[in-house]
Amino acid sequence: MALQGEQASQRLEDLFKEAGHLSTPGLRDHVVEQLYKKSSELTAAGVTYTKSGHDEHSEKLDRIFTSPVFGFPIMLALLGAVFYLTIAGANVPSAMLADFFSWLEGYIAVGFEKAGSPDWLYGVLVLGFYRGTSWVVSVMLPPMAIFFPVFALLENYGYLPRVAFNMDRLFKVVGAHGKQSLTMAMGFGCNAAAIMSTRIIESPRERMLAILTNNFVPCNGRWGTLIVLASLFMAGSLAGGTQLLAATGVIVGLVLFGIFVTFFVSWLLSKTLLKGVPTHYTLELPPYRKPKVFDVVIRSSINQTLAVLSRAVKIAAPAGVLTWILANVTVGDTSILLHIVQFLDPMGQMLGLDGYILMAFLLGLPANEVVLPILLMGYLSTGAMVDVDGIGGLKQILLDHGWTWVTALNMMLFSLLHYPCGTTMVNIYQETKSVKWTFLSFLIPTVIAIFVTFIVAKAAVFFQLI
Amino acid sequence: MIEQHTIALAGNPNTGKSTLFNLLTGLKQHTGNWAGKTVDMKAGYFSHKDRKYEIVDLPGTYSLYSNSADEELARNYIIFEKPEITIVVLDATSLERNMNLALQVLEMTGRVIVVMNLMDEADKRGILINEKILMRRLGVPVIKISSRNRTGVDMLLDTIDRMITGEISTEPVTVVYDEETEKKIILLEEKAENIFQGRLPARWVALRLLDGDQRLIEEIEKRFAGRLEDGFAGRASVSTIGRSV
Amino acid sequence: MGMAKTISLADGEKGDRIRISKLHIEGVMRRRLLDLGFVPGRIVEVLRKSPLGDPIAFRVSQTCIALRKEESGQIEGELVDS
Repeated sequence: MALQGEQASQRLEDLFKEAGHLSTPGLRDHVVEQLYKKSSELTAAGVTYTKSGHDEHSEKLDRIFTSPVFGFPIMLALLGAVFYLTIAGANVPSAMLADFFSWLEGYIAVGFEKAGSPDWLYGVLVLGFYRGTSWVVSVMLPPMAIFFPVFALLENYGYLPRVAFNMDRLFKVVGAHGKQSLTMAMGFGCNAAAIMSTRIIESPRERMLAILTNNFVPCNGRWGTLIVLASLFMAGSLAGGTQLLAATGVIVGLVLFGIFVTFFVSWLLSKTLLKGVPTHYTLELPPYRKPKVFDVVIRSSINQTLAVLSRAVKIAAPAGVLTWILANVTVGDTSILLHIVQFLDPMGQMLGLDGYILMAFLLGLPANEVVLPILLMGYLSTGAMVDVDGIGGLKQILLDHGWTWVTALNMMLFSLLHYPCGTTMVNIYQETKSVKWTFLSFLIPTVIAIFVTFIVAKAAVFFQLI
Repeated sequence: MIEQHTIALAGNPNTGKSTLFNLLTGLKQHTGNWAGKTVDMKAGYFSHKDRKYEIVDLPGTYSLYSNSADEELARNYIIFEKPEITIVVLDATSLERNMNLALQVLEMTGRVIVVMNLMDEADKRGILINEKILMRRLGVPVIKISSRNRTGVDMLLDTIDRMITGEISTEPVTVVYDEETEKKIILLEEKAENIFQGRLPARWVALRLLDGDQRLIEEIEKRFAGRLEDGFAGRASVSTIGRSV
Repeated sequence: MGMAKTISLADGEKGDRIRISKLHIEGVMRRRLLDLGFVPGRIVEVLRKSPLGDPIAFRVSQTCIALRKEESGQIEGELVDS
């Protein structure tokens, strides 16, 4: 006999009700207890322990990594070390990739000339599309190719849950979950991916906190901006090795500030929109396991590399093309780009920035990677992204447009605090299925970014620091 | 064209489940969309003895009682997508808790292979496991492996193959609860069987209903509602239901 | 014997072994705790405290699980002589 859909549904409802009457409050406990008893019986029958069966090795390591004395210093040192490795290690390959791309561009240019292509086509394809893509690849790929494997190694080793264990008390104070420290760590790589990773937090309230604040951890796409500006303006006068250290120091400082903002916003939300008692805190501390270094490195490099490359083509390329068009189509006697810049300038000046910078952040909504290149395209008003290797010349361009260290600091702060990128917001919507929370995830950081940069700009003037 | 067989990989977190998944599939993986929801459950592919397999790495969970989104996801996959084989990966160094999950899976499906992973670790800690006893008591194949050292994997592949061909049949153990609970289960089981007619494991449904699993009811109704692409217990039944709604 | 002292898991000191007798927690958290092995009748061992005093890590079913005071304070058991 064929099953009638609606009828079956009704019968199921009835059955559910009947089960409700039959069930007793203690039933579940009994069921789990009996399952456990069965498990114990099975293990007792099939397993023999010839030693304690405990993992002495992990316990010894935990005595160090979660020690009241060394726990926090080790955490901070590891954070610094990962950043230092990433920044120092990325320099050379970045320059090499940039050289390669500009060398290749020479040939492409010749090709276009030979084919007799019109200027606008060359502009869109090479100055917009090609340079946009190659910038992102040469600036973003090397740090990512270092950060992700190093992070994956720490993860596979089993260190990250210890961070959650050490930090939990702080998260509890602000009403959040210790596992948020793990999703934050993931955010250093990519906020969009980190939003997905918040699923490890089982309680909805704490998970929402983790989602709404993840953005205050600078992702890989913003590192480029932060590193370049930190090296140019915060450590510019220092010599080689010290410069790297100083730049790392500035970045660590920014990251700590981002963490502070995370705590503050979590606390504020816990007191207002997301009131409630913490639920569901359980955290497993798995045994430390020596990772298969080669496997982990290869796998995470390949996966992430492909992700970056496809992202570069999908997002940076259209942004490059759009910027080129905006810069080269004129309305009246100036380009559309300049119209936008002039419109945004008063606001920008108030925040210690300028119209170009705000325009770059707006056009960079799809991906943070393109903010700095778009800014430079704007400054040069050629509509084309500059060559990456001209990093020395880069500072001159910025100085020519009235930059001071405060401008650099505020741009870094704005980058750290502003709204999440398009991909991240799409993921937030996917995970929360709520327009309200997605909008708040945009609004909260933006308000904070505006507020903080405004204060810094005013303070710098007040204390006559510039 | 050769038919593709489906396998699901279930297990506690930190059991080396992903290592096994990577070992089996190499780089042939993708993150897919499942049942209309975008979730990051990885699927991968491998072949063995001229047979092709799609293997899905379910989220690592401590239980399958739908306490969290991940648990629900893993549960739904096993119950509604009906993989041909479900491999339950256990951490050999903490079998007791891990066995708990294996028993839960066995309540859902009998087509199970139990894999004791991290055997190298267990050896180091002096934990001896007699898999023959466990195999007899569980009624499904139990295989010791170390995905780190790549031992035992051939045996696993072979077992998968023999399970597909029907050379190995399973007789999964049934956890018998206290008398009072059993009475209730049997009463509900009969009625559930009437509704589902073999499409869902009736005893398991009865247990879930007794536990007040509202989410399961919602999920069943969602999949009932004529959404053909999701399928309700296989295509044939979907069209029957689809037509009648 | 017969002098078994009833304490909550949160009051346990490092190295203490406690046989769980009662969970004063309801709802999803109770389920989760049961799933993890905090089942009446089992023995758990206090492993260590976080640098900031809370959470506390316990050995339960040969795994290491950390709980906050809010939860571990609601789990009652008897101190077992080691």
